[in-house]
Amino acid sequence: MSTTANTDSRSRGKAPAGERVADWADGRLGIYSLAKANMRKIFPDHWSFMLGEICLYSFIIIILTGVYLTLFFHPSMNEVEYHGSYVPMQGQLMSEAYKSTLEISFDVRGGLLIRQIHHWAAIIFLAGMFVHMMRVFFTGAFRKPREINWLFGFLLFVLGMFTGFTGYSLPDDLLSGTGVRFTQGAILSVPIVGTYISMFLFGGEFPGDDFVARFYSIHILLLPGIMLGLVVGHLILVFYHKHTQFAGPGRTNKNVVGMPLLPVYMAKAGGFFFLVFGVIALIAGIATVNPIWALGPYRADQVSTGAQPDWYMGFAEGLVRAMPGWEINLWGHTLVLGVFIPLVIFGLFLALIAVYPFIESWVTGDKREHHILDRPRNAPTRTAFGVAWITAYMIMLIGGGNDIVATHFHLSINAVTWFVRIGFFAGPVIAFIVTKRICLGLQRRDKDKVLHGRESGIIKRLPHGEFIEVHEPLSQEHMYTLTAHEQYKPAEIGPTVDENGVERKAKSSEKLRAKLSNAYYGEGNQIPKPTVEEYREITSGHGHH
Amino acid sequence: MKKLSARRRHPLAALVVLLLALACTGGLYAAFAPADKAQADETAQSLAIDEGKKLYAVGCASCHGTGGQGTTDGPSLVGVGAAAVDFQVGTGRMPAQQPGAQVPRKKVIYSQAEIDQLAAYVASLGAGPVIPTEEQYGPEGADIAEGGELFRTNCAQCHNFTGKGGALTHGKFAPTLEDVDPKHIYEAMQTGPQNMPSFPDTTLSEENKKDIIAYLDAVNGEETESPGGLSLGGLGPVSEGLFGWIFGLGACIAVAVWVAARTAKAKKS
Repeated sequence: MSTTANTDSRSRGKAPAGERVADWADGRLGIYSLAKANMRKIFPDHWSFMLGEICLYSFIIIILTGVYLTLFFHPSMNEVEYHGSYVPMQGQLMSEAYKSTLEISFDVRGGLLIRQIHHWAAIIFLAGMFVHMMRVFFTGAFRKPREINWLFGFLLFVLGMFTGFTGYSLPDDLLSGTGVRFTQGAILSVPIVGTYISMFLFGGEFPGDDFVARFYSIHILLLPGIMLGLVVGHLILVFYHKHTQFAGPGRTNKNVVGMPLLPVYMAKAGGFFFLVFGVIALIAGIATVNPIWALGPYRADQVSTGAQPDWYMGFAEGLVRAMPGWEINLWGHTLVLGVFIPLVIFGLFLALIAVYPFIESWVTGDKREHHILDRPRNAPTRTAFGVAWITAYMIMLIGGGNDIVATHFHLSINAVTWFVRIGFFAGPVIAFIVTKRICLGLQRRDKDKVLHGRESGIIKRLPHGEFIEVHEPLSQEHMYTLTAHEQYKPAEIGPTVDENGVERKAKSSEKLRAKLSNAYYGEGNQIPKPTVEEYREITSGHGHH
Repeated sequence: MKKLSARRRHPLAALVVLLLALACTGGLYAAFAPADKAQADETAQSLAIDEGKKLYAVGCASCHGTGGQGTTDGPSLVGVGAAAVDFQVGTGRMPAQQPGAQVPRKKVIYSQAEIDQLAAYVASLGAGPVIPTEEQYGPEGADIAEGGELFRTNCAQCHNFTGKGGALTHGKFAPTLEDVDPKHIYEAMQTGPQNMPSFPDTTLSEENKKDIIAYLDAVNGEETESPGGLSLGGLGPVSEGLFGWIFGLGACIAVAVWVAARTAKAKKS
């Protein structure tokens, strides 16, 4: 194809430079067919579909600024004396890592700004992933065929947490050193292998003089490498599955209604990248993040109050702070339950959200593909579960900052801790019930709107004196959108008698499943959506409005 | 003797004896009385103590007892020293407004002269730390970096890295050290008010205290620069996280909504 194109253009004179470059590349990379297949790829329009883009762009910003920082950072724990430009640290002994971070902050051109962009972008990256996951969760976008991509995203979130944590530890300042010590304590609490892992990781007793160099290669090479691969995989799967869309007229499970990648989304996404970069750079120019110069170099004999990890690890911090300091001493060995239990809950709690798509598809028995998104109100149990999870998470974030909460709201730290302890169990239950009620209420409202129209605010007086509010019927499109969702029937245990009339014992897993399914779709757990008959009956003149 | 004896009933005899006695006492007084200057000091001191006692009786005695011996509502003030009074009253903590987990800093209601009188009275109850001089707490000749190290070793576990304060158990707290008079910081270290341990000169030398005060002035003083921009309270990751979520992610989402609203769609739904 490229050869013929070349001969044609030659006969008409020289082709434009751009075309020649494209021809050259196509002959070697086959970009024409690639572009033809993907350039007109359609993406639907909704602001919440851009949350993932915020993550992608902040990730790119983190990589770019991170490369700059590696040029000046010395990942070494050699002890040196500081004689740089920051006066309150003059003559202090510190590790080279801390010294070079001070130099980045005060002596390297643009160093502090780049450091702050890097750190703010990390905070926003993790927050963005959290919100992006919320969007995917509450709209049911994780359902078949996207379960693997949900897991990719989950892994990105978890790896992001640990990349952030290792990065926060690199400057070897008093705050991060305290965080590393905290982590080492958590590792030590693991029965049997804890001590060995700690000795291996830190090259001996804490702090040793290895961990900065080790965290450095984990932070700049290992974890970002895996994450980059996952991001690429994540995006390929988004392309392959095509993007989900909200229900609406003309939108089916088999099509995607929206705008093509080129030129519309390329322009939008490109512009959005610079907007995100701008927002992050602005924030980094306005607000301090992690002022390590004020914190001092790490020394194992020093500690400060108000020592917290970055927000994405605050959940783990909260678990440890809220947990009573239980321990068991057996045969000369100590089992530190006060730290080990939080460590286990931390893992399980995160895993819970990771495996949720599989739990839901097992409970509902739904193995079909879904490309139309649910509105959160139309899946009350899922929505309530998600809100309960977030409630527990947020309560633990409060637990992680219990001292700051106590001082700033003039409370007793013990009271805050007790609130967190009780709230961690009671909060999700209350949130679950309340959310479910709200969802059902909203479903009823939707039903009302479809059957009786929307409230117009116009009050009419009838000849006999009665006042009524005029309801306006919805547009056809709007009514379609409100009633497009499918409603499921709860799964049943199935016949308890087989074809030969012999009684069959239902397995306990089947019973559990039927029970859970009933909780999802049983009576009282969803409002039956209006049927055509109901609508006809009301609009045929016998209706009240 | 007869002569004298004969005149003992003379009408003027009593006067003579009186004059002799007066001359004798006056002479003895002139010979043994302390020097003039010391005499004046003593009077001012006792005057201050007297005045202080009056102030004490009105403002303090209800909790600390009429003689400073302490009651169930307030500790004994015997031996706390003038420095403790200058700190507690000079920062407005005393007189306390209400019982609670901790007496907070508030508006100072006594003048410095009155505080000195109170201090003099309390100091007279028993020996204790005296009010430091400016030479002791002034920043001249202090080693800021050394002060930082001392602060992180001895103070940061309650008062945070740069003295922003922190929580203690059951509603108690280590207050922020922002705009606290250097003299009061010195006195607090010396006397250990409320939940704070005291750091007498045997623990933290005069020089050490001076260094710490100079460090605080450098990193948390009025003229401290914040090279990174807004300090967000200097509270670390909690306020950073909140700021990142609300303003960082919030702005990104606002921008996303704005971009999504500007679409090439033919028809707006």
